[in-house]
Amino acid sequence: MVNRETEPIFWTLFSAGGVVAALFLPVQLFIFALAVPLGWMHAPTYESLRLLAHSPITRLYLFVLCSLPLFHFAHRFRYTLYDGLQIKHLNEVVFAGCYGVAILGTLAAAYLLWTL
Amino acid sequence: MSHPGHASTQMSSAAPPSVSSPAYTEFHPRWYRPQVSTYWWLGKWAYVKFILRELSSVAVAWTVAFMLLQVRALIRGPEAYARFEHRVSSPWMIALNGIAFAFLLLHSITWFNLAPKAMAVRVGGKRLPAVLISGPQYLAWVVISAIVFAIIISRG
Repeated sequence: MVNRETEPIFWTLFSAGGVVAALFLPVQLFIFALAVPLGWMHAPTYESLRLLAHSPITRLYLFVLCSLPLFHFAHRFRYTLYDGLQIKHLNEVVFAGCYGVAILGTLAAAYLLWTL
Repeated sequence: MSHPGHASTQMSSAAPPSVSSPAYTEFHPRWYRPQVSTYWWLGKWAYVKFILRELSSVAVAWTVAFMLLQVRALIRGPEAYARFEHRVSSPWMIALNGIAFAFLLLHSITWFNLAPKAMAVRVGGKRLPAVLISGPQYLAWVVISAIVFAIIISRG
């Protein structure tokens, strides 16, 4: 799967996902997983969030925000297992697992945002 | 060449294997592969930092899962979303998300700081200083975060 021809594709996805994750994910997690539950911020109402999420721009934004970072994760986590845990004999399984998560997550995001 | 009886004599009198096409015979020496411990990275702070940085990808995947669960709750209706908000405010979830957030910050900071090393931008034959490459990314980070905050707060 990974050879001299395909590696640049995986690396580009890793890189693009890294940029998106670095710029957008911290604020997203901070607001909805820390600031709102801890009461630091007024919780937006269900209706207003639903309305906001319904706009095509938000849906596109959320799709990019879900898909690319997962491909970033797949590449980086694959090499974490490879270098860190020295799991080299399970290369194919690790590859299928990591990119499987990325593809399934992307499909789930597409489905959810389509039905929103 | 194809006579099996000659195989052993051929092998014993064979010329030293050429570099371009290594001959894999039973006399081929085993590759020298030193065993590296699974915990090789614990010895040095720089290695620990490297592994922590690489592990930030787990926090990235978790954040995506969190967002997908949130969107699913939004789709299912007000009761489902209230349940989501209730679950997310449990002490365990807040602790978990606090750790995930710290890893996300580690990812952002290491990513912006690494960019000048990955991209050697040259202007007029001179390499652009690192601050001019990572600086705008930090600025973009602050601006984007402020915009997202403003949008969510305006919905409150």
